[in-house]
Amino acid sequence: MREFRYRRPTDVDEAVALLDADPDAAYLAGGTNLVDLMKLGVQRPDLLVDVNRLPLGGVEPLPEGGLRVGATVRNSELAAHPVVRRDYPVLARALLAAASGQVRNMATTAGNLLQRTRCFYFQDTGKACNKRDPGSGCAARHGQNRELAILDWSEECVATHPSDLAVALAALDAVVEVAEPEGTRDVPFVELHRSPGEHPERETTLRRGALITAVRIPPLPAARRSAYLKVRDRASFAFAVGSVAAVLDLDGDVVRDVRLAYGAVAHRPWRAYRAEAELRGRPFTPELAGQAADAELAAARPLRHNGFKVPLIRAVTVRALTELAESRR
Amino acid sequence: MSAGAVGRAHPRLEGPEKVTGTARYAVEYPLEDVTYGWAVPAAAVRGRITRIDPDPALAVPGVLAVLHHGNAPRLSPDVEPELYLLQDPAVHYRGQLVALVVAESIEAAREGARQVRIDYDTEPHSTVLTADHPGLYRPEKVNPSYPTDTSEGDFDAAFDAAEVRVDATYRTPAYHNNPMEPHATTAQWRDGRLLVHDSNQGSTAVQAALAELFGIPRDSVRVISEHVGGGFGSKGYPKAAVVLASLAARQVDRPVRLALTRQQLFGPIGYRTPTIQRVRLGSDADGRIAAICHDAISQTSTITEFAEQTAVYTRSMYAAPHRRTTHRLVRLDVPTPFWMRAPGECPGAYALESAMDELASACGIDPIELRVRNEPTVDPDQGHPFSSRNLVACLIRGARRFGWGDRDPRPGARREGRWLVGTGVAGASYPARARASAATATALPDGGYLVRINATDIGTGARTALWQIAADALDVPPERVTIRIGDSDLPPAGVAGGSMGTASWSWALTRACQELRDRLGHHSGSLPPEGLTVAASTADEIRAQKPMARYAYGAHFVEVRVDAETGEVRVSRMLGVFAVGRVVNPTTARSQLIGGMTMGISMALHEEGLLDERYGDWVNHDFATYHIAGCADVEQIEAEWVAEEDSDLNPTGVKGLGEIGIVGSAAAIANAVRHATGVRVRDLPIRLEKLAGSSSFT
Ligand SMILES: Cc1cc2nc3c(=O)[nH]c(=O)nc-3n(C[C@H](O)[C@H](O)[C@H](O)COP(=O)(O)OP(=O)(O)OC[C@H]3O[C@@H](n4cnc5c(N)ncnc54)[C@H](O)[C@@H]3O)c2cc1C
Ligand code: SF4
Repeated sequence: MREFRYRRPTDVDEAVALLDADPDAAYLAGGTNLVDLMKLGVQRPDLLVDVNRLPLGGVEPLPEGGLRVGATVRNSELAAHPVVRRDYPVLARALLAAASGQVRNMATTAGNLLQRTRCFYFQDTGKACNKRDPGSGCAARHGQNRELAILDWSEECVATHPSDLAVALAALDAVVEVAEPEGTRDVPFVELHRSPGEHPERETTLRRGALITAVRIPPLPAARRSAYLKVRDRASFAFAVGSVAAVLDLDGDVVRDVRLAYGAVAHRPWRAYRAEAELRGRPFTPELAGQAADAELAAARPLRHNGFKVPLIRAVTVRALTELAESRR
Repeated sequence: MSAGAVGRAHPRLEGPEKVTGTARYAVEYPLEDVTYGWAVPAAAVRGRITRIDPDPALAVPGVLAVLHHGNAPRLSPDVEPELYLLQDPAVHYRGQLVALVVAESIEAAREGARQVRIDYDTEPHSTVLTADHPGLYRPEKVNPSYPTDTSEGDFDAAFDAAEVRVDATYRTPAYHNNPMEPHATTAQWRDGRLLVHDSNQGSTAVQAALAELFGIPRDSVRVISEHVGGGFGSKGYPKAAVVLASLAARQVDRPVRLALTRQQLFGPIGYRTPTIQRVRLGSDADGRIAAICHDAISQTSTITEFAEQTAVYTRSMYAAPHRRTTHRLVRLDVPTPFWMRAPGECPGAYALESAMDELASACGIDPIELRVRNEPTVDPDQGHPFSSRNLVACLIRGARRFGWGDRDPRPGARREGRWLVGTGVAGASYPARARASAATATALPDGGYLVRINATDIGTGARTALWQIAADALDVPPERVTIRIGDSDLPPAGVAGGSMGTASWSWALTRACQELRDRLGHHSGSLPPEGLTVAASTADEIRAQKPMARYAYGAHFVEVRVDAETGEVRVSRMLGVFAVGRVVNPTTARSQLIGGMTMGISMALHEEGLLDERYGDWVNHDFATYHIAGCADVEQIEAEWVAEEDSDLNPTGVKGLGEIGIVGSAAAIANAVRHATGVRVRDLPIRLEKLAGSSSFT
């Protein structure tokens, strides 16, 4: 067999040092993505550093409001947390719309954010893929690409980020806490993932070996009225064909604040700032929601098989916002 | 006479073993000294292997051997081209299993398989089925031995003259059989004899093929298939895994376990061919069909010919004086298609039952009424009488149960919030056949009975049904009967396929049991320690059956909800009513029927092999990317049957029900989607963009 070493440190510094010392090492959390990719030969780490014994569990309410979610908190645990359910329904719904009960019981917060694309070609070592094998080409660009990006892709890569959780966190302006050999730092969630550009193999702005220790979700009272709508090809256990996370804060009819993020449209969870700008300060109507989506999607460049995503995301944006607006009345 | 076990619900005999995990499947038998195989798929589509370098694989600790065409034991070339594995350097499709690594552990075998270096000389390939492919040809016959084309009357003239015409082309994609248990084998040679534990739908045929391939007598081969985790047709004939494992076991002189991976089930084991089907129906204004034509195109490989009998369904389903059916094939550089649940009938019924719905709309009459009006009195194809034909009974009963009567036929008329709601119906039929089998029945001195037949229970409940039938035939309580199946040392029997299993096997068992009762009637004194055994075979009886049209029938009723904006489709209700002769065990019968219907939902909405013509293979080849309907996709599903006595079938009066559940089900869904939205989807699966993107969709 292909041998790899396995370590299970109990200390964050030790874990970071182990990764730092070995360019072919990888963190192992729930393993629901990494182990699959190892079996397929897509990822071939020679050292697995298991993060499950690190003191990174627990969901703590923060003194100033908001939540701090440990990196190894399981997706099912987070979805069931009473504060999440009450204050951040968008988060709970995104989590519960993902995968299956069994996968969610294993999948961790950090692992979810760093899961790899579901692009067919990435997962098949017999096919060209710049992300897996830089310089080999992008088979998806002119191949089967119905599931892939409409925004911000490059000739080098048209993949999408598959996570549902990440879309909610993008909308909530979460912050990622990271431990690196030099110390710890905070990374705004919307800056965690990169555009593919010429280097789709670089998926995040983290340096190699960085350990995600927690995700902070700032207080956002408006998020009590929030929604996650996911469109998929079967009723459960399917990645999104397109999804929308939305928070809407109305003052009377006027949009005081709005947070909007799209899933399954780009290499990164897509915060829809342009759409938000269209909405803010105006009286809410479904038509306005449509115009806002149009503004965001004006930059869309569909691929051969995914042109339908543009009207789909538009329709789901309108639905999500309209439902939130109506639920308030 | 009857002890009354037949017709009573009974849980599977082996249920407790299965749910507690003690039932052993092909690669689960504990075995000393066992080794593991891992197959290597070809990375070229068409060409030849010019060089194989096994050294990097052999350098992996634990790897024992790399088998390939240059060193594998020789096989007889005369058995079946598909099974002539590792014998020559030709590559016929991407993913063809061209080498096998054997190792001390499964992990080492897998890593070894990744390290085998293979060079190819490649040639241009063609892997996409099109209606104008230059390679289209007319096969000699279609499966299993139907005429390729049929014609009666003058279709062209009658169609031209018809008041109402439907002319539509339907497409189905490649569908992949995905039994939970993959194709899997444990093979061991002992003193020139080959013993395999194998996952298949009929081990008599596996035994015969292995004997011929290796040039040894049949009784030197034993194939045990005690429990089989599904097959859906793909295990209906010996396939690669059992041959590769047997080759490897001979080479390394140790037992070898080989289970194909999920990815390897997308190709090397066969799949349902994509089809392109043109259906034309011409009728009068009242929907009386004068002309019916079904032209079907499908694919085969360059290895061997597989001619799906797609249009055969149309030959006998509805009446019309002028009729024509044709089949054309293209040899592509793809794996050979194979049987998948209701081969022929399943894709064919999708097309014809959709076209019937289109005709009903065109004539402005109810689709059930249309079918009733075109009910034939004798088989329109052969002119034979029907042994029984209860399509109309199924339609009428289903309509009542489903609440069809209140239906507003206008498309797009019913909206509930975000959902457009529609209902659809389709007919179904599947041949009721039987194949010769042999069985023995033994009376034991302790008052028990032992019945034996090499039947295969692929998860259907066949073992339990046969046990019930044997008990009745012996006229004893079933608890006194022991049944043994799933071993080629038992009396030979046909495959669990073609919905023929129970009909064929119960026939032989019944004859053996009846004969035993006769013998016991004349027997005096106590039985010898080994008991009294009689054997029976049905070969003569089946050969002497009078020609008749024997079919099971069914009707599917479906309600769908379609999201008005996203195009997402949900099947909210599904009802199937079937006429399947006698139902032996309602529990397992219902499972088969709703299983087939669920597979129909999957076919209509989810499954699709996505081919990338540049690479020549399907890019979605696991359960995360090749979607199969899950529990949440099946909201309310029910199967019922009408009482049916048919004395022209077999002693038990069963028609078989493993396949009829899928036939027509996808059409019923497509018809319901059209009713809900006004959009007729003629290429499966019904993906949301086909609905959301349509201009007539609101
Ligand atoms: C069949 C299936 C269906 C699915 N459907 C969905 C779906 O619908 N929606 C969805 O969102 N997801 C879905 N998922 C994906 C699932 O959510 C992810 O696999 C899971 O969240 C990954 O978490 P994990 O803890 O198992 O990560 P792992 O597999 O252990 O790791 C994933 C990656 O994160 C890295 N990593 C893990 N922890 C850390 C850390 N603390 N710091 C730095 N790096 C780290 C690992 O090195 C690895 O690269 C599905 C998965 C499967 C198998
Ligand atoms: S889209 Fe990205 S992940 Fe997919 S093949 Fe292209 S480079 Fe690889």
